[in-house]
Amino acid sequence: MSAAAITAITAITARDLAVGYGNRAVVEGISFDVPAGGLLCLIGTNGSGKSTLLKTIAGLLPPLEGTVTVAGGEPGAQPARVGYLAQRPASSFTLPLCAADVVAMGRFAALGLLRRAGRVDRELCAEAIERMEVTPFAGRPLLELSGGQQQRTHLAQALARRADVLLLDEPTAGLDPSGRETFAQAIATERARGCAVAMATHDLGDAEGADVVVLLAARVVAIGHPSEVLTDEHLRASFGFTGPH
Amino acid sequence: MSDTFITPFTDNEFMVRALGAGVLVACCCAIVGSFVVLRGLAFVADALAHGVLPGIATAILLGVPVVVGAAAGTMVMMGGVSLITRRSRLSSDTAIGLFFAGMLALGVMITSRGRSFAGDLTRILFGELLGVSVSDLWWQAVALVFVGGVAWVCRRPFLLLCIEPELAATSGFRVRPFETLMLTIVAVAIIASFQSVGTLLVFGMLLAPASTAALVTRRLGAMVALAAVLGSVCTYVGLLLSYHADLAAGASVVVVAVAVFLLTFAGVEVRAAVTGRGVGVPAGALQRQVHTHDDGAHVHVHGSGEHPHGHVPGEHR
Repeated sequence: MSAAAITAITAITARDLAVGYGNRAVVEGISFDVPAGGLLCLIGTNGSGKSTLLKTIAGLLPPLEGTVTVAGGEPGAQPARVGYLAQRPASSFTLPLCAADVVAMGRFAALGLLRRAGRVDRELCAEAIERMEVTPFAGRPLLELSGGQQQRTHLAQALARRADVLLLDEPTAGLDPSGRETFAQAIATERARGCAVAMATHDLGDAEGADVVVLLAARVVAIGHPSEVLTDEHLRASFGFTGPH
Repeated sequence: MSDTFITPFTDNEFMVRALGAGVLVACCCAIVGSFVVLRGLAFVADALAHGVLPGIATAILLGVPVVVGAAAGTMVMMGGVSLITRRSRLSSDTAIGLFFAGMLALGVMITSRGRSFAGDLTRILFGELLGVSVSDLWWQAVALVFVGGVAWVCRRPFLLLCIEPELAATSGFRVRPFETLMLTIVAVAIIASFQSVGTLLVFGMLLAPASTAALVTRRLGAMVALAAVLGSVCTYVGLLLSYHADLAAGASVVVVAVAVFLLTFAGVEVRAAVTGRGVGVPAGALQRQVHTHDDGAHVHVHGSGEHPHGHVPGEHR
């Protein structure tokens, strides 16, 4: 089912969700709906539970309580339709793969064990490389790239997935202003084709353009439209200050 | 010239069998060793290589095929490490170390009950490359086909496990089953190889050629292929060394393989110093590699001075 076909279905739904590690809940009582093509921003200080929530939506951690559905299914059940980018991808550098090869790994979910990479796969990778402006260093080993270039490469890998839902943990970390602009354009394009995006961020500017904002502080401070969530009172409760806006 | 390099093999059937066994071991260990090096499994591979010892010793005492004993030893080792790691707060390294020491000691204890303690122990630890039979070769060939088949089918999840375990999980490849499968082929390679090079030296064949290949390649397929070629060449050179200098065959092969690694490492370092590249990065790594594929399985990026190719890593090498 394509992203366009799931417009009638909420891309991500959480109901009374509790997330955490082992039996220890980091955040409880999370409920929201993100429509297809929507943008969910998770805001909060370090350790507030943003990454834990994203990992749970990605299927890397089981929900402790409540339910969560992604692209109409259980977390982790539809890998080809849900892309996830970790906060700091733990790439091994023993084998110095070039950036283009790292991007191509984004197609593994669609290819599975046995299917050979075809024309569509190659085109999607090439398109992702161009959109994140990885082209100038696509042939260089990831090891030799700057932090920002590595982040662009990993973002291109996520785009190459051509997912219906993208889960991005601090995707703009390490990007320069030009990289942030490139990323913003890429995300706008993804949303325009019906892909829902959920991202953890420290940038309140990103959150202002979201459909749903979840403000966390090891608890749910507020969930809803940015105009309801990004208030002085909520920001003070979460960060201890009211933010730049 | 031919007296030195060819005659030892044309005049001695055992040398031909030894070369065949060594090449099969080299190919099997190249495939498995590449994942061991990339995934950082050297310690568990070492422990598995020694974990077979009590199984083999028991099999010799009971008169059953040693392969059966070796398989039982590795299963006890893998099961025990997995159990302790999951059910206690101890790290996997601690569990592996405990079983490593325990199984090695148990193997020596059991072997000491035999009539030819020193002979059996030496045979198990260092193998009998010059004494392999045709049936041993067949077993090794079957193991190579199995290991190669599993590695080819699982090349994508295995590569992701080595590079980005979280990406493996979110790409639909469940981490634990594929980790277990990876350890299983490591165990199969060890079981298939120990009769030729012994439980101690199989570890060298797992690590040395693959580590050498990792220094100078950028892709999994190239790494495996180069490791297989290097391992095979080291087998040939090691056997010649053993023949002419009257040295232990298995040990000679492994010493040559480790020497090749050290020479390659030195070469990479010198080249890095000359070209100003960082340590451990092959100087050619920055140069665009031109690949042609009849199935066109590469990404051609337009609009740049380069045409970097986004292969699906691990394929079409």
